[in-house]
Amino acid sequence: MRKFIIKRLLISTVILFFVTLIIYTLIRCLPTSYVETMAMQLSTAPGSKPYEVWIEQLNASYGLDQPILVGYFHWLGDFARGNFGDSWKFTVPVIEEFKSVIGISFIMGAISLVLELVIAIPLGIIAATKQYSKSDYIISASALVGISLPTFFFATVLKLIFAVKLGWFDTHGLVGRNFAQLSTWGQILDQAKHLVLPLATLVIISVGSLMRYTRTNMLEVLNADYIRTARAKGVSEGKVIYHHAFRNTLIPLVTIVGGSLPGLFSGALITETLFSIPGIGYVSYQAMTAGDIPFTMFYLTFIAILTLLGNLISDILYAVVDPRVRIEG
Amino acid sequence: MAEDVKNVNENKEEQYSLNDDRRVKVLSPGALVIKRFLRNRLAVLGLIMLITMFIFSFVGGMVVPYGQDEQFYTYTYLDKEYVGVTRNNDLRYAVAEGQQFPTILQAQFLLALGKGNDTFTYKDVDYKTVNEGPDFYSISTADGTMLAIAYKDIVNAADGMAEPSFSVKYEGLKAYVNGASSFVADGKEYQLDEDSNILLDGETIGYISRFVVAARENGVVLTRDFKERLEEALDSGVQEFSYTGEDGVEHTYPISYDASAQVWSVKEETKTYVYSSYEKPSLKHPLGTDNNGMDMLVRLMYGGRVSLIIGFIVVIIETVLGVIMGGISGYFGGWIDNLIMRLVDIFYCIPSMPIIIILGAAMDNMQVDPQIRMLYLMLILGFLGWAGIARMVRGQILSLREQEFMTAAEACGISVSRRIFKHLIPNVIPQLIVSCTMGLGSVILTEATLSFLGLGVKFPFASWGNIISDVNNSFVMTTYWFIWIPAGVCLLITVLGFNFVGDGLRDAFDPKMKR
Repeated sequence: MRKFIIKRLLISTVILFFVTLIIYTLIRCLPTSYVETMAMQLSTAPGSKPYEVWIEQLNASYGLDQPILVGYFHWLGDFARGNFGDSWKFTVPVIEEFKSVIGISFIMGAISLVLELVIAIPLGIIAATKQYSKSDYIISASALVGISLPTFFFATVLKLIFAVKLGWFDTHGLVGRNFAQLSTWGQILDQAKHLVLPLATLVIISVGSLMRYTRTNMLEVLNADYIRTARAKGVSEGKVIYHHAFRNTLIPLVTIVGGSLPGLFSGALITETLFSIPGIGYVSYQAMTAGDIPFTMFYLTFIAILTLLGNLISDILYAVVDPRVRIEG
Repeated sequence: MAEDVKNVNENKEEQYSLNDDRRVKVLSPGALVIKRFLRNRLAVLGLIMLITMFIFSFVGGMVVPYGQDEQFYTYTYLDKEYVGVTRNNDLRYAVAEGQQFPTILQAQFLLALGKGNDTFTYKDVDYKTVNEGPDFYSISTADGTMLAIAYKDIVNAADGMAEPSFSVKYEGLKAYVNGASSFVADGKEYQLDEDSNILLDGETIGYISRFVVAARENGVVLTRDFKERLEEALDSGVQEFSYTGEDGVEHTYPISYDASAQVWSVKEETKTYVYSSYEKPSLKHPLGTDNNGMDMLVRLMYGGRVSLIIGFIVVIIETVLGVIMGGISGYFGGWIDNLIMRLVDIFYCIPSMPIIIILGAAMDNMQVDPQIRMLYLMLILGFLGWAGIARMVRGQILSLREQEFMTAAEACGISVSRRIFKHLIPNVIPQLIVSCTMGLGSVILTEATLSFLGLGVKFPFASWGNIISDVNNSFVMTTYWFIWIPAGVCLLITVLGFNFVGDGLRDAFDPKMKR
């Protein structure tokens, strides 16, 4: 087991190395718009140095004058030492900006994951046990509708109905206008109220795939021989489903949920941007469109690490949860 | 009746012997798949949705009379500044022929007037002023030579007439303030009627008025009649002024008074030729028009075309790359497999959405031509998306190559590429079709999201995503539902159609399916 984990970790590190190399190369090849804009601004100040001098100076101070490979190893060294640089757009150290926004993204991710589990698993099981019934059709179809909904369109419709027409929620932001005057509880409630629409968007869009996954796995388990045996023994249908079948369905579910845990930190780029929730997704979207290289590099690496970690966790869980799986070094 | 027919059929069947082939309906595997597919109601619904959207996008664009970027114009009435009217509160000067009355003297005169003196001295020369009437003065030198007059009621020339001479002005104003009906100037007799018109031999040569009426636009000639009526309207303090012009059409001009500048501004409703933006749905434009005055229905059709074409091309790129890489990897195994799978891992791990956003922003910065940009978008999406297909193909081939038919193929001496692409790949095709169909839906979603963010398909090309991006203007979002709701519904129907069909195909291809 330990050997397996170490091997996987090593492979992941190699993959991460190449991924960051590709990302770094890509970003370095782009026209460095942020630096250019800044040089442009600085050079227009009265009595300032000309644009060319400024851009040279800025490039030097940001390490953009080095060749790509040298620059990459420089960046890698800094990154490994925990020095992530200063964000150009937000003019604070990257890690500080990250710390200030990651909380809300994690809260949103966690709440929506819990809601998804609560909704998807029971519905998926109902759909599987009553295969080809009307409820199965409705559940499967609505799961597919959820998957097919364009996030931005659905969020806008929600905004139009609940924020504009009914006026129940605000269209943008995380806090209301009178946030500062509220008591601690009031502030929490205010934020919760602002999270309703984004969370609804997130849950409805992503609940479908989990629902389908549960249904497929439950169907597979229900076709297994031991279920037939249980039925032949005369075990009641309820016990067959919730005692024998459900527990076995949990194996793939635990793996996939475990694997999605790191993803809680990755933020919801589109949803956060649409609702102007200051989470990691929204902030990094701003950074990316502004050409903020330090923040973008940090964010992309962070996402890559989360993906690798997710795969690793689900592989390990797969082996841990299912005793039939043997790992060969 | 129906039962009779059924009986006849049954009788016919009974005529064949038991081992007669005609008793058994033989279906090819393909026909079985189609049969199973058609039995799935959701899948058929999805197919109908897709066919509808294809017809809508590809045939619709050909049928409608409008082009993709045809703009529609409309006449709209805009209030434009037409005439500005000021009540003259400054003294104006008219200088007698052959005399001089420079500004320095005007200033001295005003000083004297302010003090209430009727004489003033400048550079040892004495001047005398005479108050001839309200706001009407004449200035002469001490020896009685007339220099100039100062007045507030202005003597204007009539339309097409020359500027009145000094003596006409002087005598006219004198008559005006004294209420006389005629005066003599330059040896001719002039009449002054009740409307303060100055007539010479029955012809109007000028008129006296306190108001200064000036057209705000160059080249507009205001008639005397118009000015007069306007002045009357201003005197009576009405908010609106209607005037029947020479063409016999009555125009109504709203009047507003700016107290700080003491100007009445008279506005004219002018017909202006503009893009017919955000026109409400009508028979001519069933879904209205957008911001640029383009027909929304046509934009939707062409947008669908763009979205579908991009979807197909991206999926083709993904599939070709994925099948080649996955096929090689699965067939050869060993270090090649290891290498390609690590490559797949790397591509799996690259956060594609942020990368595309960054590239989109960079293309914005470089101002890439919209058409080339579309091409780049397809290449990028395809290049970032092949890893999943490669992994799937490899998995399938790994299990397939251990089967007997592959040993047989090898024993027959069939070449490697033929073995891969003729014997292995066809067995993967069912899964490939399913994943491509589902993939089409997700590619269309990705493209729409990017276009919505303004980083994908750009104007002048339509795409469902960039049509919806109009909602970034919150006024459009709340008021003009017909702009963005139909595009979203089209998008949803198409993606849902692909997902339904893909799901149905998966079930239909699965031989373990019970039904």
